[in-house]
Amino acid sequence: MSEQLTQIKPLYQPVDIPAEIATFPPEIEAEIDRHLAKYPSSRSAILPLMFIVQRERGYLDPPGVAYLAQRLGLRYTDIWEVATFYSMIHTEPIGRYHIQICKTLSCKIMGEQKITDHVCSRLGIKPGESTADGKFSVSLVECLGSCGTAPMLQVNFDYHENLTPEKVDKILDSLT
Amino acid sequence: MFIGAIGCEPLQLARVHLENSRSMEVYRRNGGYEALKKVLTSMSPDEVINEVKKSALRGRGGAGFPTGMKWSFVPKDSPKPKYVVCNADESEPGTFKDRYLMERDPHMLIEGMLIAAFALGAKTNYIYTRGEYKYLIDIMDVALDEARAAGLLGERILDTEFSCEIHTHTGAGAYICGEETALLSSLEGYRGHPRMKPPFPAVSGLYACPTVVNNVETLTAVPDIIKMGGEAYQKLGTEKSGGTKLWSVSGHVNRPGVYELPMGYDDMEKFIMEDCQGMRDGKALKAVIPGGSSVYIMRADQIIGKDVRMDYEGLVAGGSMVGSGGFIVMDETVDVFESTKNLTEFYKHESCGWCTPCREGTDWLVKVFRRIAKGGGVPEDAQLMLDLCDNIEGKSFCPLGDAAAWPIQSAIKRFPEDFKKHLENGLQ
Repeated sequence: MSEQLTQIKPLYQPVDIPAEIATFPPEIEAEIDRHLAKYPSSRSAILPLMFIVQRERGYLDPPGVAYLAQRLGLRYTDIWEVATFYSMIHTEPIGRYHIQICKTLSCKIMGEQKITDHVCSRLGIKPGESTADGKFSVSLVECLGSCGTAPMLQVNFDYHENLTPEKVDKILDSLT
Repeated sequence: MFIGAIGCEPLQLARVHLENSRSMEVYRRNGGYEALKKVLTSMSPDEVINEVKKSALRGRGGAGFPTGMKWSFVPKDSPKPKYVVCNADESEPGTFKDRYLMERDPHMLIEGMLIAAFALGAKTNYIYTRGEYKYLIDIMDVALDEARAAGLLGERILDTEFSCEIHTHTGAGAYICGEETALLSSLEGYRGHPRMKPPFPAVSGLYACPTVVNNVETLTAVPDIIKMGGEAYQKLGTEKSGGTKLWSVSGHVNRPGVYELPMGYDDMEKFIMEDCQGMRDGKALKAVIPGGSSVYIMRADQIIGKDVRMDYEGLVAGGSMVGSGGFIVMDETVDVFESTKNLTEFYKHESCGWCTPCREGTDWLVKVFRRIAKGGGVPEDAQLMLDLCDNIEGKSFCPLGDAAAWPIQSAIKRFPEDFKKHLENGLQ
C-alpha cells in the first residue's frame, strides 16, 4: 500500500470532543468577513480562512478548527479533511520561520543539495525538523515556480533566489 | 534572468520592462483596456468568441485545447450563473511564466478575464493562485482595487450594461489543483480531487454551473487578439497554433528566463544554442524536457540538426509536447536515472490519492527507484517500471497519472545507458 494509506497519522485530538473555540479581534473578524463575501457558498472560503487562523495562531490548532467549523457551519471532520490534504496547512506547530527549500528537478540540477546542506548545518537540524526554540523549521518542498532562478528557497512567503551559501548566510542572519 | 521576446514583437511581454509596469496608469498609457472598450461598445459576445476561434489560440496551461472552442461549449440558454476561473496554480515543474505575467502586468490579466466574462455572460469570476504565490495575490488585489476605483470592475463597467466582479483565491500547496476539475473542487472548499468528465466544466463546473477555466497566459492573450483581430494574431504563429508562446527556460543554459517566441519558431537547437546563449561551462547538451516535467524527455540528438519547430505540431513530430512550455535543459553531468527519480518523487508526493492506479503506482515506482539507487537494482527492473507505468497510463482518473508515467517511459527508452548502469551495478 502507498505511504498515503499506511502513514495516516491519528489526530491527536479526537474530533468529536469539543475543543476550546478560538476567538479573534474585530479587525481579524472583518478580514474574514471580506473573504466570505467573495463567494456564494461560505465553504469556498475555507482555505483563505485557514491561512488567517494559521497566521494568527501559529498553526491550525484544534481551537482554530473548532472556530472554522462554527464560522462556516461545517463539522470538525470537514475542516480536518480539507486541512490534511494541503501541504501548506499545518495541523502541528511549525517554526516561526519556515524555510522551504525547493528540491524539484531544475533546483536539483542547479545545486539544491549544497543549499540544503548549508541551511541544515547552520541550524543543526535535518529537513522535516524544527529548532528547539521553535524559531526555524526546514522542509524540502516540490517546485515553487522559481526554476529560472534556481536554486531557491522560501522563508514563509518570501522568495529567495539564485542562492549561494553566502546568500543563505545573509538570509539566516537577517531572521531575528 | 532574461525576460523578453525573440523572433517577434513582444505581445504578452510588451510592458514588463516599463517602470511601474504593474500600475493601471502605465497599462492604460500603453494601450491597456482599449480591447475591453472595443468589446463593450462594438461587439457581441458571439463576435468575441469568433475572434478567439479565428486566432487559433490554444490553452497555454498544458493541454493545448482550442480556447475559442472551449468558450463555445458554455450553454447560452442556461439559467444558472456562469463563471470564468483563471488557473494561476502554476505548479508544473519547470514552469514560471504566469508568475511574471501577474507580477509585472496584472492588469493585462484583469482585462483578459473581463473580456472572457463578457463573452460568456459571467458576473463573478475567480483567480485561483497557488498558495506559495501569496505576493502575487497581493499584487492582483491591488490591481483589482485600482480597476474597481476606475470603473473598470464592478457595476456598469465603462458606463455600459456590463457588470462583472473578479476575486482572488488562494490554493494551499497542491499540484493537483492545477487540473481544472480539481481546481474547482478546491475552490468550492473541498480536498482537491479531480472530477469525472463529462460533464465538462463548461456545462457543470463551479457550484455545478457553466464554468470556463483558463490559464493565465491564455487569458492575457485575449486583449491582443481583440485589438489586432483574431486572424492577425493567428498569423503571428502557424495555422493550428496561433500567436506567440511563453517558454520558461531553466537548467544548464547560460541565459535562463521567460522567452516569448512566435509559435512555429525555427528551431529548437538555435533557441538553446543562440537565444539562450548555449550551455553553461562549455558542457555538452544531453537532454531537454521542453514542456514542463510531464512531457517526454528528448535526447540531444533528437534536437541537434533535427530542425525541431517550436509549436504544438512541431514538438510532437520531434518526439515530445509543448505542454506548459517549461523548458528544462540538462547537460552531460546529469544522470537521467536520477532526474527521472526526482520527478517520480514529485508525482508521488502530488498524487491526490483519489484513484488507485496513480496513488499506488507512483508510490511503488518511487520504492523501486529508491531500491535501485541504494544499489539493489536488477536488470528486470526496467521492465518492472514500464509495466507499472502501463498500469497507470490511461487508467487513472485524471492526467496526473499519465504525467507520472510519460517521463519514465521516455527516459527508459531514450536513455537506456543511464538506467542500465544502475540496474547492473546499483549506485557506484
